[in-house]
Amino acid sequence: MKKTIRFTLNGQAVAVKAESHQMLLEVLRDTLHLTGTKYGCGEGECGACTVLVDGASVDSCIYPVFEIEGRKVTTIEGLVGERNQLHPLQKSFVENGGIQCGFCTPGMIMSAKALLDQNPHPGPEEIRQGISGNLCRCTGYVQIVESIARVAEKESANE
Amino acid sequence: MSELQFIGKNHSRPDGPDKAAGKALYIHDLVRPGMLYGKIKFSEYAHAAIKHIDTSRAEKLPGVRAVITAYNTPEIRIGFIKDNFALKKDKVRQFRDEVAAVAAVDPETAAEAVDLIEVEYEELPGVFSPDEALRADAPLIHEFDSRGRPKKDNLVPVPWNFTAGDVEKAKQLSAVVVEDDFDTPLVQQSCMGTAGCIAEFDLMNNLLIHTKTQIPFLAQNDFNAALTAMGLKGRSTRVIVPAIGGSFGSGLDTHAYEYIAILLAYTTGKPVKIVFNRHEEFTALSPRQATRTHIIQGCDANGRLTFRDVRMVLDNGAYTSWGATTPSVMMLPISSIYRVPNVFYQTTIVYTNNTYCQAMRGYGNPQAAWAIESNMDQLAEKAGIDPYEFRMINANVPNETTPMGLNITTCGFSDCLQSVARELDWREKRGKGRSRARGVGMASLFHVGGAARVYRSDGTGVIMKLDDFGNVSISSGGIEMGQGFTAALTAATAEALGVSPDRVTVITGDTAICPWDVGTHASRGAFTACNAAILAADKARQKIFELAAEHFMARVSANLERRMKKQQGFQAPNLDAVGNPTASDFDLRQNFVFLKDRPDDPLLRVPLDELLREAHYRQQGTIIVTEAFYDPCHEMLDPKTCRGNISAAYVFGVQGAEVEVDEETGKVTVLKFAAAHDVGKVLNPQTLKGQIYGAIVQGLGYALCEEYKAHRGKNLNPNFLDYKILSAPDVDFPIHVECIETDDRQGPFGAKGVGEPGLVPTAPAIANAVYDAVGVRIKSLPITPEKVLAALRERKNKIAKEAEAAKGGSNVR
Ligand code: FES
Ligand code: FES
Repeated sequence: MKKTIRFTLNGQAVAVKAESHQMLLEVLRDTLHLTGTKYGCGEGECGACTVLVDGASVDSCIYPVFEIEGRKVTTIEGLVGERNQLHPLQKSFVENGGIQCGFCTPGMIMSAKALLDQNPHPGPEEIRQGISGNLCRCTGYVQIVESIARVAEKESANE
Repeated sequence: MSELQFIGKNHSRPDGPDKAAGKALYIHDLVRPGMLYGKIKFSEYAHAAIKHIDTSRAEKLPGVRAVITAYNTPEIRIGFIKDNFALKKDKVRQFRDEVAAVAAVDPETAAEAVDLIEVEYEELPGVFSPDEALRADAPLIHEFDSRGRPKKDNLVPVPWNFTAGDVEKAKQLSAVVVEDDFDTPLVQQSCMGTAGCIAEFDLMNNLLIHTKTQIPFLAQNDFNAALTAMGLKGRSTRVIVPAIGGSFGSGLDTHAYEYIAILLAYTTGKPVKIVFNRHEEFTALSPRQATRTHIIQGCDANGRLTFRDVRMVLDNGAYTSWGATTPSVMMLPISSIYRVPNVFYQTTIVYTNNTYCQAMRGYGNPQAAWAIESNMDQLAEKAGIDPYEFRMINANVPNETTPMGLNITTCGFSDCLQSVARELDWREKRGKGRSRARGVGMASLFHVGGAARVYRSDGTGVIMKLDDFGNVSISSGGIEMGQGFTAALTAATAEALGVSPDRVTVITGDTAICPWDVGTHASRGAFTACNAAILAADKARQKIFELAAEHFMARVSANLERRMKKQQGFQAPNLDAVGNPTASDFDLRQNFVFLKDRPDDPLLRVPLDELLREAHYRQQGTIIVTEAFYDPCHEMLDPKTCRGNISAAYVFGVQGAEVEVDEETGKVTVLKFAAAHDVGKVLNPQTLKGQIYGAIVQGLGYALCEEYKAHRGKNLNPNFLDYKILSAPDVDFPIHVECIETDDRQGPFGAKGVGEPGLVPTAPAIANAVYDAVGVRIKSLPITPEKVLAALRERKNKIAKEAEAAKGGSNVR
């Protein structure tokens, strides 16, 4: 049975009709046409579908959409500012080689955002832990970790 | 060439921002108007006769638009030797065989309909290893070959043999000889973005297919053949490749699912999309072949290699892909890594009821390197020579022709060996960490670096188009799949033409727009396309300079006049001294056309766009579009002797690791990793290092944990929980990468191919380090804790027994 669910998506109030068995990922991609969030496994094993729910990173492919009622959801599209201004993390991934095929990238950046929001100055070990749920087959993670570390460094410099 | 402006410098990849923003469109993200969703019914047996297929319940399900089987569609033969079919008739030969498919209005309905299809089978005895398949009484997997002739055995009719010198004689004359067996498992490409396509027909019955492939033009050829089989001979195919979420060889063949989408689209008259879920990606795509290698090598008293004898058995699975040609690449290191005068190589490729295999990054080379490089350490030990020294003694040198006829031009092998030895502190550490179960090991690689002629043409075309605004679009038949093709081609175009990279747009992946390319494989993408771009840029520059000869001085005068009007007191210089320059007097750099001998005069230059408009907007005006087709100067292997200079350049590399082995658990921990690669010339340090880091980590997965597990042909680990690829916390050690520049004459700006090599020697480097650490040699990948533990136990027992025997011996005396 379809039910209307209301939540905040990338800062704006939305209402969508969804079935009780649907997962957040499907609703984001198929109903709301936000295809930046990726399907990689559908089983919570790869992190390609990572979004933020009330600031915490979750695997949207196994997050029942009914549980989203009243919450705040941020997707990769929500990080892009006005006039296509990339978020510092997105910029850093572009500049530091954190992207190859790009399929893991949105999920990776969302996990990185959750990490930096909680811990603005993570060490390399903490960064690796922070993205431990996000698989990448292309990069070997080296330049991804660098991309995140650079943002963390810059934020410390700005403080 | 004058000083390089963009090549060799870090440039962010042009495809980066869209990918970072989630805007890049992968096959999963594409929707076509009226699109239906296809789903495949796979076999439930590894080997069985199909008795009956009942599709009636599926057909009645609301929302279903078509249900197809081999019985209600034309036969479409697929694969490298056409031993496979889009849909299977009469019998299934592997668990992933496609027996039926549906198209429905949404994915859920399609899945439900597939479940409603009932197939009655009669199970047949199966064979699940080459050994079983080669027995005289083994059941036949294919009763007939693709030409309809009866088959007598399970051999794949693609033999590869190579002989040079006299191996038997060399064996007798060698001071030291070692032999052993080495195995590799099936491994899956594990692309983060799964496979998929959308097929549709226009009202003329021309096919448009968006699909995840590395070979749009060979795919076009394959799909055209399918159209012919469907009675649509002469109709055309347009292949469009969306953004690719990793491919690693999985896109080197066309797949049954693509043909099924085509059949469904034709049946329904609607676009049909088939996208694999992760389970299907694991079970219904083709992994890298499993191999068993028997290797014998020998050397003389001075440690010089005397011969190499390699016999390999490949488990092909039930059908044959281009993967059956991987021995042609395995043959490269087998015949030619290190200087070895006498070589024997033989491969037997065997049908089984296992999943059929395909090439994966490295194209057979990782399997070959696993055997050769493990065995090199064994031989060094028996000869009493340090394995690094042993490699140095035998390393290839520039300008030599190998027994296979490979012309090695540039060769940075020794530099690579030295780099890794230095980085690992080899002399201090090798053989000295046993007490702490620590060790260092290294392994080398040899691979094609200047494309590879495995197909009749190894060419690639580009079209370079300049617009009225000084922007350049370059369309190429190559594919961006994350490896940095777009970045490389952008920089090469900017450099070769004389414009800034932000003026360049690369267009790929559309057979209707881009000129032909054989495929993005063999680490050839940047090598061939950048070479083509240089040719096209030369033509464009020539045309630009001809236009300049006509219009440059007029533009300069006009600009000076305008400035005089605007700017009081501005005095235009006298242009008489300049005279009437001809085409050869001009140069183009940073988007400006100027006079070669007055490069610094700001008044004597014209923006490229201004010149282009001047030439365009007039009577009998002109625009600039150039094209080039680059086909490297190499040759196909002679089919009888397997000799020939298959690549225009070759790459070398060495990787090494320091590891620690936990003797309680058998776990191998990498403490440090070092890689040195002869890359010819670095085009873009950032993307190049990205390729090598990524490949190393894939190679470490191959070394330590990846294995596609199957029981009697059925995959047991079709998910990332059970099929482990490395995650970020696993890569917690420093990786040092050094690029050795050898500046190859054939390479664009001197560069050689780099896409695959980074994972070729990784596994044997680890195995050799494990041996140094704890004295056990693991001969089958992956090097799991269980295997290490078992080997440690065996070693302990052996040592105890020997001690016992020694004691017994002394008692007698
Ligand atoms: S798609 Fe959600 S974790 Fe893989
Ligand atoms: S960039 Fe391809 S999976 Fe991470």
